[in-house]
This record gives sequence, structure tokens and C-alpha cells, in this order.
Amino acid sequence: MTNTMDKSVVVVGGGHNGLVCATYLAKAGYKVQVLEARDEIGGGASTTSFAQGYKVSGLAHILHSLNPKVCKDLALEQAGLERGVAIETIALARDGQHLTLGKDSATGGSLSSEDIAAYTQFKKEFRRYAEALKPMMMTKPPRLKGMDHKDKFTLAKIGWKLRFGLGTDSMREFFRVGGINIYDVLNEEFDNPHLKGAMAVDAVMGLHMGPRTPTTVLTYLHRLWGETDAGQSLPSGGMGQVANALSTAASNAGVSIRTGAKVQRIRVENGKAVGVELATGEQIDASMVISNADAKSTFLDLVGTRELDAMFAHRIHKSRTKGTVAKLHLALNGLPQIEGLSAAQLGQRLLIADDLQYVEHAFNHAKYGEYSDKPVLEITIPSISDSSFAPQGHHVMSISASFVPYALKGGWEGQREALVKNIIALIEQYAPGFSAQVLASELLTPVDIEEQYHIAGGHWHHGELAIDQMFMMRPIHGTAQYDTPIDGLFLCGACAHPGGGVTGVPGHNAAQRIIAMGAGKK
Amino acid sequence: MKNYDAIVIGAGHNGLTHAAFLAKAGLDVVVLEKNDYIGGATVSRELHEGWKYSNCSYVCSLFRPEIYQSLDLGRHGLEVVPLQGSTTFMQNGDYFGSYHQPTVRRREIARHSKRDADASIRFDTDIMKWCRLIRGFLLRTPPDPASFKIRDVMEFAHLLKSFYSLTESQIYEFLRFFTMSIAEYLEEYFESEVIRAHFSGGSIIGTGLGVFSPGTAYVLLHHAMGDIDGNVGSWGFARGGMGAVSKAIASSFQSFGGEIRTAAEVQKINVSGGTATGVILASGEEINARVVVSNLDAKRTFLGVMDKQDLPESLVHRAENFKIRGSSGKLNIALDGMPDFPALPKGSPLLLGHTHFTDTPERLERAYDDWKDDRWSQDPYVDALIPTQYDPTMSPPGKHMMSVFVQYCPVEAEGGWTDAKRDAFGATVIDQISQYSPNFKDLILHAEVRTPREIEAEIGLTEGNIFQGELTLDQLMFNRPFPGYAQYRGPVKNMYMCSSSTHPGGGVMGAPGANSAREVLRDLGKTDTTPRDFGDD
Repeated sequence: MTNTMDKSVVVVGGGHNGLVCATYLAKAGYKVQVLEARDEIGGGASTTSFAQGYKVSGLAHILHSLNPKVCKDLALEQAGLERGVAIETIALARDGQHLTLGKDSATGGSLSSEDIAAYTQFKKEFRRYAEALKPMMMTKPPRLKGMDHKDKFTLAKIGWKLRFGLGTDSMREFFRVGGINIYDVLNEEFDNPHLKGAMAVDAVMGLHMGPRTPTTVLTYLHRLWGETDAGQSLPSGGMGQVANALSTAASNAGVSIRTGAKVQRIRVENGKAVGVELATGEQIDASMVISNADAKSTFLDLVGTRELDAMFAHRIHKSRTKGTVAKLHLALNGLPQIEGLSAAQLGQRLLIADDLQYVEHAFNHAKYGEYSDKPVLEITIPSISDSSFAPQGHHVMSISASFVPYALKGGWEGQREALVKNIIALIEQYAPGFSAQVLASELLTPVDIEEQYHIAGGHWHHGELAIDQMFMMRPIHGTAQYDTPIDGLFLCGACAHPGGGVTGVPGHNAAQRIIAMGAGKK
Repeated sequence: MKNYDAIVIGAGHNGLTHAAFLAKAGLDVVVLEKNDYIGGATVSRELHEGWKYSNCSYVCSLFRPEIYQSLDLGRHGLEVVPLQGSTTFMQNGDYFGSYHQPTVRRREIARHSKRDADASIRFDTDIMKWCRLIRGFLLRTPPDPASFKIRDVMEFAHLLKSFYSLTESQIYEFLRFFTMSIAEYLEEYFESEVIRAHFSGGSIIGTGLGVFSPGTAYVLLHHAMGDIDGNVGSWGFARGGMGAVSKAIASSFQSFGGEIRTAAEVQKINVSGGTATGVILASGEEINARVVVSNLDAKRTFLGVMDKQDLPESLVHRAENFKIRGSSGKLNIALDGMPDFPALPKGSPLLLGHTHFTDTPERLERAYDDWKDDRWSQDPYVDALIPTQYDPTMSPPGKHMMSVFVQYCPVEAEGGWTDAKRDAFGATVIDQISQYSPNFKDLILHAEVRTPREIEAEIGLTEGNIFQGELTLDQLMFNRPFPGYAQYRGPVKNMYMCSSSTHPGGGVMGAPGANSAREVLRDLGKTDTTPRDFGDD
């Protein structure tokens, strides 16, 4: 078996998954070239400057589920990866009775001892469920018919973990809650409304779902799954530092990386991907093309429907990819004053989500192409742990606001300012005098995210993490095992199983799959 | 004191069906009903002189033909008049008519969107495919995934086998169909909002879900299934109202020597040494039997007529967490004549079927948002029918009766229900209809307004939930009513469940009653009198 070394493998998109996939392939002896449209690599995991002297993590701003196997295999620590300071979640209360939600314990506010005990028990039990799903996560999703041995093995492993890992009772409970909504489960287990509201956020953030949407327990498990490895942290230098570590590791492995190289077309001849064409018109031949872009961009824009089966194209077209989160960056002339929070606590992950109904109402608007004037906010102030992010004494605030529709009724023109005012006014309620501290701001609506990061719909996960778009149906069935109907074309991004979040797992799985298939070799 | 073979608590359609199959097997069975009339929610009542209301359930769409046949219900007087088509009236004065006749329906769809007319061909064949698959599961006992009993393993093998009769791509499509929201599922076929709204409506009836809630798509089958039985009787009105259904089953039951006692409210199921021995009535009377079968919903059964001491703690916890929210209201209206609907062409056959007044998925979802906040929908989804056009036995000559099903109506209107609030709810619904029928209000002679409060108080459906427990994934198949108790056997020996709280759930289907009877007969070593499903006729 000899490599077709004259032609390299082309990875379209230098997001974290593209870099992970490229590095694994390079280590396996492939000649790999990564093409990134933007001027810096990292995609959603990047550090950007939004005002003179003020920096933030561009899209993702908390590291919570970067996969340990990936870190180890690619020696990311040696390549300069620093997880940074570990942070907890603090749910803000207007009256200063804030709640602190740790990995296993909840404190503060007027939490009853029952709730505190229930929280520890709940997190433990649900992490067990997440563990049970793990065999599914680090491998290609098994097909349900015409399985190969690996598929059968995966299914067997899951069956075993469910039946004997969890045991009869937990397994039955898992089957019950698996398809249910987080709203009901939280109401079964807890009393404190604020605690329930804050916990629900992890189940719905980044998704087109409210706490009462069925299957939000599954999405909660998806989030917990990261927690089973490592807690959440703020990397010093921002998420760009993670991307840099990845690209260093990639270069060390011999991957060549080109930024500012926008792929305009994936060239297909006789049903086989033979290379790409850049926006400049430059043609690059490739033994195999791996797309880190989302499924819609990959198939509908880069490949083109004329190369695809009509029903396949239809399903891709109909897959749900509308983003629901806006990113807001604020430059502040000082630390905001929040009653009952020390400077250190301000550096944690701050949530605004009063209770379950608050979260549900915030979501209601998104269903109708509106945004709520009471959004759910996830706030970080990275400049507290990394002073290089803002001038001396100044700070930056990085906010993810849910739910903000991709398709705003009447369009986004002239609406952005209103939304920013909205969010600042909301924070003002918790931090008196806040609005006066704001020097500059940058808002990224899902539409802006789509434009600047080339993600169709501006969706966090490159596509809704709904149960009908997960596992062997992600992004759609027929291309859920990383290979596609086009020979030599593969998916390695968040649109593929197991989905988004800075995990590196889709990239890892795609590489494993490609190597196992011996693709690109003659 | 007389000793029965079996006591069935509650003379609803499932209780009677269950009892009939036991009696048919030669058992000595008594059915105990708290009301002084039988039928539970399958009932016709004269609440306004000269008018008979099917005042709870109102169409006979799902009743299993297998049961109809094996209990010989035709001979016992059950006659089902086919029901045809349905209409959604639009705010712009137009309408969408879903005619019974497929070609006519397609033509009407084309009037709204040519593309959708093509899509409807694909839509119909797909839905038909899923119906065929699902129908096979209705009259079977769900296997327990945690069990290694040969029977459970075999049953799973059976499920897998029918699953594998599909192609790989069909398997995924089926899984998607089962997990998607009806609104998003329909978006994959239809572009016209009114058409999506029209086909979505059926999926939220009786549920605490909205048209955008995952898991609502498959509910479509609960309405399509009857339709495609190819058995005309299976989708229509029972002549004489729904009471005729329970009457016929009761009569079949009695023809096998069964006994029915009304005004006999059960207070407690007696359990001694982990075995059910009989019941105590509110009157204090004690009745013993070899088996006790509850047709009450899971909450009423385990938190009502059973004693906590007699139950495993875990089961009590499950019963407390059983999801059984009421979400529906009902109006039964006596009309002085036939109301006009100017939007329809003169003499249109569409009025013979269902009429709806919500023409976009967004309006449907907003109706749900109201319910989530404990308000009744300000712009409610309405399923209105005028059965007296077919069935003159339900009203005086020339007069009419309109049955109006309403989604959504909360269990507790903010601050709790009052009669004033109930009437305000009724007014909201009547206004909705009269926007499309100018003379409607003037024709109203009498209107019975039922919120979940009334439904629970009268027929004892907890929280007024018409399915005796929400039909969500956590409460379907081997999870219904609770994981580990989905095979109709209760937590104590000789105690069984036959209500819609068990698989396959609500709707006047009779399947839970039949399935549970099969299990009882099996345990008592009697010959199985319950029907096999017709399979793919």
C-alpha cells in the first residue's frame, strides 16, 4: 500500500476539528494541507480584538469539554495548551442571594439542605448516564442495518454499559428520562426555582429548545459528557491559545496550514472529490477532501446539488441549522459591581436565568423570530484572569445571549443596537452603574456569526442537536459515518457526530474513520 | 358473601372491554362504576332536553376493528357512521378542505400550492408506511428491556424483525418521524402554512405539547391509523353518540354473563400478604375476588384506591411523578339550526367533517405558550363537529348539536378555576367560531362548558387528562405507565391495570383493555379470548 504522496489531503477549514483531524492524519502518514478562509486559524475557537486594546474569545469563550484523549494523542500540553483557571457557575440573583453551582455541589442563596443533597446526587446519577453513552461518542455512529463489526461492537458495548454498568433500575430510569424534558426532571428533583433555572441553561444553551422541550435531558447529558472528563475553565490567552496549541501540534506533525485561503468549490469528477478551487481561482488537487465546514455549506455551496442525489440534497437542505445565540463583547472602564460577589467570583461563569419560566419565556420569542427583552445570559470577564485582554484597570466582558433568532422578523437591520441596549439594561439590574462603564461593544447575531465564521445559520453546533439530528442521523443519515456519497469527501466538523462544543471529537472520529477505510491510498 | 373471579374498577370503555374478554373466557366478572351511568368518558348524556351530547370523547376513530369483531359489537347495536373530511378556515376568508377522497384532496391542496400537491403524494405513502408498522404493535404486550425472560426476548426479537422489514434509510426515517415535532416534520413536505397548520392540529389534541415539541409527529398516526384501516367503520361517529360504544360493549359483556354495578364507588383495594383480595366500596360493602383490575388512571389507582403501605416506595414515587397534565376543554352546544360558514361554497360537503379555525403553525404554538403559563389559549385550537347532520337521534328535528374540542385549557387557570373563569373560557371559544360563522351565536340554545376541572370531577380523569397520562416518550411502550410495570400487572399479586394509562394509551381504542385481559387470562391459565391483530390487511 503506497501513499499517493504527490497529491495531499485537503482539509477545508482550520477550525479546531479540522486541525485535530489533519494532525491525526499527518501522524498516520498522510500529507495534509489545511485551508482556512479567515486570517487566523481556530474558527469558533479564536481570540479576537474588537476594540483598540480589548480582546476576547471570538465565539466559544469557555473550555469545558476538550477531549483528554485528543489532548494526549496530539500532545497538546507540549504544544502549549493551558486549560487556564478552573471556574464554577454562579447564578446571579437581583437580591445578591447568588447560587454557586460546582461539579458536585451547589451552595449559596437560600438553598435547602434537601436541594443541596439532591444536587450532588443528581449530578452523580446523570454523569453515570453520560458515561453510559460514551462508547457511542468516541467512534463512528453505528449503522442500524448492514453494520460492520465495529458497529456491532459499539452497540454491544452500549448495551452492556446500560444493562450492567447502570443496572436494572438506573437503566429503566435512563430510558424514562432519555426522551423527556429537563423541566419535568428538575421539578421532580428540586424545589429552589433559581437552581432549576440555572441548571436548565446547560440543557438548552446554543439550541432551539426551551426547558419544556422534550429531549432536553439528552442535550443536558451531551453537555455533562464533557464534564465527565474535565471541569470548565477560562484558558489564559483565550480560546485562540487552544487553537494555537492545535496548530503547533499540527505543524509539528507536518501539516501545512494556509490562512486567508477561502475554498470556493470542492471539485468533483465522476462522483469523486479531486480537489478544491479557491476564491482566487487557484486550483488545488487532492487525493481526498475533508470538510470542517457545516453540512449545508459543504454539500449545497461547495459541492453543489447537481453532484448529489435529489433526496439527499433535500434532506440536507431541510436539516435544521438556525442559530439561537448572540455573542456580545463589551469593553469596560472597570470591574462591574455586583452585590455579594468578590472580584474573584466575578471571574467565574455568571448566569442570568431567574427560574425555569424565565428561560422558557426567553425561548418562546425565538420560535417566532423575535428576541426576548429578558434573555438568558452566560457572562465571563476573562480580563480578570488574563490582564493582557484589556488596558490597565479596564476589563472586557464576553456574553452569550439566548435566545436570539437567526431569522429575525423584519431582518436585523437597525435591530442590533436595540438588542445591545437590552442586554446592558438587564445586567444593570444586577450590577448598578454598569451601563456607565461600557466603553465599546461588538454584537454578533447568528447572522453575523454565519457571515464571519462561515457557519450556515450561525449555529453553535453546525446544526441543531435534536434527537433526530444526532448519532447515526447526524447531520443526516446517509453521511453520518463521516464519509459522504461523494468518494474521497469526508466531514470532520461539528455538523458530524457527536456535535459541537470545543471537543475535537468529530475531528478525531473522522480521522479514525478515514484511516480505517484506508481512504486516499492506493 | 359472593366471591367473584374478577373485579374491574371503572366502567369506561377499557374496563368494559377487559371485562368482556374475561367473561367470554367463562370467568365470573363484576364491573364497579362510581357514576350511576356507565361509559366513563365514552358516554352520551342528555343535559339539555331533547339533545344528546357525546360530552367527552366525540369521534370513534381508533377503536380496534379486531375488538369490534371479536366482541360482536355490531350485533350489540354499535353502528359507526363514516365521517368525511375536515376544514381549516383562514383569517383571509379562504379555507382549506381536506376531503376524504384522495384525488379531490390533492386538487384542493393544489389550489393552495401546486408543489404541496406533489408533496402530498410522498406524504400519504410515507404516513401509510408508518401506520402499517405501528398498528402491528397496538395489540401486543410491550417487552421489558431490562428483562431476560424468554417471552420478553422473543417480543424484542419480533419488534426488531418488523423493524428490519424496512430498508436502512426507512429505519432512520422512521426514527426521525418518531422523534420530530409535527410542525418541523411537515415542513419537510409542505410549504403552505395553512396546510401545515391543518395537519398539525391532530398532533396536539389532548397533549401537553406544542406543534414544535419533539415527539408530536408520530401522534399523526393516532389519527391516520383509523383512516387507513380500509375499514370504513373505523373513522366516524357512533350512532347515538359515544355512549353507544360503551353500551354495545356492556351488552356484549352481559351476554357472556357479566355483571355491572353502577353507583358503586370503590374506596380501597384490599391487599393482604402482598396479594389483592378484593375491594371495599364507599358504602362500606366488601367484595372479594381472585383478581382485581383497575381501569382508573395510574395516579388514582396507586395514590387513590391503593394504600401506600401495600406498595413499594419506588412505585409510589413513580406514581407521584406520573405526567398526566390536562390540556383540553370541551364545549357541547345545542343549536337552533345549522350555522352558516360563508367561506365555504354553498352545499359544501366539508361541514360534515371536522372544522378548525387556526391557519398557521405559529398560532397553534402560541396557543400552547398560553397553556404553559396556566392560561387558556386566547386564540384556541378548535375541533368542531356537527354529528346531528348524520345522526338525527341526537337532537330534535331541524335542530343540531355541535361538539367542540378545545386545545389548550389549563388544569389550574391562574389562581384556580371558578365558574366565572370557566364561562369566560367558553366565551373565548364561541367568539373564535363566530368569527367564521356570523349567525352562530344567535343559534345557541344551550352550551355545556367543560374544563379539566369538570372532566376530573365527573369522570375521575386525573387533572382532566383525556389520555390518562401524557403520550410522551417517557410514558410510551415499556415505559407506560412506569418502567418495569408495562405488562399490565400491578405491584401486588392478583392486581392488574387495564386503563389508558397502560400501553398503547388513550383514545377510544380498547387495546389496553384487550391486552391486559390477555395477561390476566394467561396468569389464570384460561384460554385466550382476545383477538390477534389483523396484521397488514
